[in-house]
Amino acid sequence: MSKTENMAATEAAEAKSKGKLAIYWAASCGGCEISTLGIDTKILDLAAAFDIVFCPCITDGKTRDVEKMADGEIDVCLFNGGIRTSENEYMAQLLRRKSKVLVAFGSCATEGCIPGLANLHDRKSIFDNTYQETCSTDNEAGVRPQSVTQVPEGDLHLPVFYDTLRTLDQTVKVDYYLPGCPPESDRIWEAIEAIMAGQLPPPGSVIGSNTTVCDFCNRTRSEKKIKEFKRTWEVIPDPDTCLLEQGLVCCGPATRAGCGCLCPQVNSPCIGCYGPPGDAQDFGARLMSALASVIDSNDPREIQAIIERGIPDPVGTFYRFSLAGSLLRRGKRPEAENGHGQQAATGGAS
Amino acid sequence: MSDDSFEPKIVGFLCNWCSYRAADLAGTARISHAPNVRIIRVMCSGRVDPTFVLKALSLGADGVMIAGCHPGECHYIEQNYKAMRRYYMLQHTLKAMGVEEQRVQLVWASAAEGQQLADAIDKLVADVKALGPLGWSKNWAENGDRIRALEDIVNEHKEALEVPR
Repeated sequence: MSKTENMAATEAAEAKSKGKLAIYWAASCGGCEISTLGIDTKILDLAAAFDIVFCPCITDGKTRDVEKMADGEIDVCLFNGGIRTSENEYMAQLLRRKSKVLVAFGSCATEGCIPGLANLHDRKSIFDNTYQETCSTDNEAGVRPQSVTQVPEGDLHLPVFYDTLRTLDQTVKVDYYLPGCPPESDRIWEAIEAIMAGQLPPPGSVIGSNTTVCDFCNRTRSEKKIKEFKRTWEVIPDPDTCLLEQGLVCCGPATRAGCGCLCPQVNSPCIGCYGPPGDAQDFGARLMSALASVIDSNDPREIQAIIERGIPDPVGTFYRFSLAGSLLRRGKRPEAENGHGQQAATGGAS
Repeated sequence: MSDDSFEPKIVGFLCNWCSYRAADLAGTARISHAPNVRIIRVMCSGRVDPTFVLKALSLGADGVMIAGCHPGECHYIEQNYKAMRRYYMLQHTLKAMGVEEQRVQLVWASAAEGQQLADAIDKLVADVKALGPLGWSKNWAENGDRIRALEDIVNEHKEALEVPR
């Protein structure tokens, strides 16, 4: 065997032993990709272990390339973003089929995240607001995006915008979850190392810590008793005392550890981007429970006043990252509402 | 919306020391009340995590009753106050989601108050009947055109792949 043939054979063997990695984004902001690239020079180790076969953010690859692959050809797919449109759903189904391991990557794919807050509304009220009601919009003809447009050359299609944003595991089967908005680069690298070493937890589990942010927070905690919840702009908190004790709505007790307590470290309350810890099913319920316990009152009227004054936006506070994945559902059929919490004039209640 | 044929499903979380015994008493005293409540015994109303209530509603319950000892009479000293704070916190959130407050009710009933508990059950059932079904389990509305849209993508991509390279 000649030297060149030998080299080619070695290269082929190396290529064969290399895994195939895909990174995809659906309804997300791109922060997960930024955080993935935040693993810095370790990206070279990643490239040594994996061929990145599909990642629209950082490499050139087309959907048709993925469609041509055999089922299960991709070893690991890191899928970030929620399922907002028919295109998102198609890609989720396609990548599920082509991947051995599908990871719900980041908060959007695991629990819906900020795009999931739109589940307070439906497609019609989102479109009405975006394309009509905002004061800088001038749309006298009432134009709305259409999924099918007829032109002389034929039909043009746009993805269908869904009424409801779903999480990845509400759409296809998911093998692992990597929470965080975005997942911290160090946690991503730990997960990649675990994947490369084949030391993954049982399928269906979250790759990460099972305790809460409070467990890693350096602030001093004593018995919590508060008479009012404060908004962040109302107070400059003491840097050493528990923020919840100081009346700030800190999501630490209900949030999975893994971020390194970045927000409390800079005197800002935790907002819960890492989702609920292992033993909690519903982030908001866990947080409501924790916050209710610290209210220092036994008088129903006073309790209600404290809650109503201190937490003006309960869904945005308790479900900022998890509405789509939570137990909550819309209270009324969306058709019956006009997007402002009032019944539509035409009636038609369900 | 009031529909006579609508029989609401109600889940009741009753504390072991007062309200569950009140339900027992209502039974032995042969007090009749609406049969719509599925009772789950918990050791204390303070054990009722908001998750329990949300899970009941998302699995198809139309209303939930949380019942415990009267304030000041909790077997575990003051956990029913904790239940009360959680209840108001939960109501605040449910209101923002458009869920009528009569659907989730907090009731105090001592072990001697079988009649009061039966009355509270009747009231809750009547309230929920007047409101109609919650239908939470179905309420993440689906798009009728979803399946067609997915098929469109598959077909378009097939056509695109046939273009000679």
